[in-house]
Amino acid sequence: MIAVDIQKQLLGARGAFALDLKFSIAEGEFVTLFGDSGAGKTTLLRCLAGLETPDGGRIEVNGDTWFDGRSRVGVQHRRVGYMFQDYALFPNMSVRGNVEFAQRPGADRRRASELIEMMGLEELQARKPQTLSGGQQQRVALARALAAEPRLLLLDEPFSALDHQTRLRLQEEVLLMQRRFGITVIMVSHDVSEVYRLSSRVLILEAGRITREGAPMAVFGAGQSGGKFSFAGEILAIEAADVVFSVTLLVGSQIVRVIATAEEAQALKPGDRVTLLSKAFNPVLVPC
Amino acid sequence: MMNHDWQPLLLTFKLAAITTLILCAVGIPFAWWLAHTRVRLKPVLEALVSMPLVLPPSVLGFYLLLAFSPSNWFGGVLEQVAGLKLAFSFSGLVVASVLFSFPFMVHPVQAGFQNLPKVLSEAAYTLGKSRWQTFLYVQLPNIRPQLVAGAVLSFAHTIGEFGVVLMIGGNLPGQTRVASIAIYDEVEAMNYDAANFYALVLFAISFVTLLGVYLVNRKMMARVI
Repeated sequence: MIAVDIQKQLLGARGAFALDLKFSIAEGEFVTLFGDSGAGKTTLLRCLAGLETPDGGRIEVNGDTWFDGRSRVGVQHRRVGYMFQDYALFPNMSVRGNVEFAQRPGADRRRASELIEMMGLEELQARKPQTLSGGQQQRVALARALAAEPRLLLLDEPFSALDHQTRLRLQEEVLLMQRRFGITVIMVSHDVSEVYRLSSRVLILEAGRITREGAPMAVFGAGQSGGKFSFAGEILAIEAADVVFSVTLLVGSQIVRVIATAEEAQALKPGDRVTLLSKAFNPVLVPC
Repeated sequence: MMNHDWQPLLLTFKLAAITTLILCAVGIPFAWWLAHTRVRLKPVLEALVSMPLVLPPSVLGFYLLLAFSPSNWFGGVLEQVAGLKLAFSFSGLVVASVLFSFPFMVHPVQAGFQNLPKVLSEAAYTLGKSRWQTFLYVQLPNIRPQLVAGAVLSFAHTIGEFGVVLMIGGNLPGQTRVASIAIYDEVEAMNYDAANFYALVLFAISFVTLLGVYLVNRKMMARVI
């Protein structure tokens, strides 16, 4: 069980704001932090890892106090697996070297081999990380984080740099690892489908605060069944077409064009985020 | 060629080798500290480290000579307590060379530490590695080009010393008569043949050393200079 209650002053792109968070996570849970960049997600991960110190509050993990305003447990002693956004693999070590370096003193070398094998890295184990593709580096980073036998795994947008196919495959791998080792995972993500697929709970962060939390289904509003659909989209362009306006939206990776009245169009501008609601009486699913 | 006196040349390379070794031991930790410290004195220290780059060598030599002189309290203490006689001695030359080549070691190495992504050290810390382990296994190996650059530049710069050596070393054969001094001396005595011998050997060896480093580590050095 992880109980977090921390405060920290942050300087964001839109001026100073306070990170003020209170939540708890059960052991073995997979939780995502969702929110705009600059909302404090990475800072929260860094505070949990011990790379940054909150101004005040408390962090407790499985009964140990990691931070209580006065004393703090050093980053080296927290046994946290941290997967950095750009992986931070050591360029001077081979793939195997990276994984073995992460092992605790006296740990079984066979476990390193096991992880390398599990991640499908046997062929690459003598290579240097700079020579690998993004997806391969990501797998090395995951293997390395797991080699340290962490009690808590922190993933900072681990899949953001990958293409769709690789992303799906690696999400599957992360999920497998999490179930196999029973590790508690906290992941930062911008991708709704990823949040939905991986996590049992999502915390929405806005300007340093948790504004909503719950199961991804409930939080992202897909709870109601029936013919009602809602999509989050971003306005790309608004053009006048006769008496109405044509609004071009980006929904996921698809571009959609919808009609808006003059009043509606007036309240919108390109770059705005909107929710697209629609009623369909007979939705059809077509495999692609 | 064999009837020339090789001693000044050997002395030069001995001096350069010892200076470089000491600079590795002292300069690398100092560069690490300078790259990471947040003390207010940092600009002052950085300015002091860089002084030998702008000062005429004779200025540094002059003050070192004063400091080393046994009639001075510092030189007196050194001689009486530690038994060190630094003025007009080889050990004095080593001390002066270390100071004089200090920026050539510290600058590239400090830049190397500063340009190393902080996240690499952070990753090592999250894996439970101490600062010392991180320094040894992550930071040092990843600034190898800068370490090579620092060592080669210190070595080369010490070979090229003249002013400082002249001021505090003088011209004692086998003690302080390094090649650059010997050249000057032979020219003064109109022995152009001997001067040419020293000059040519210095020229050749310096060129070959630098060329070797550039060839072996073409990629490494390209990022440094």
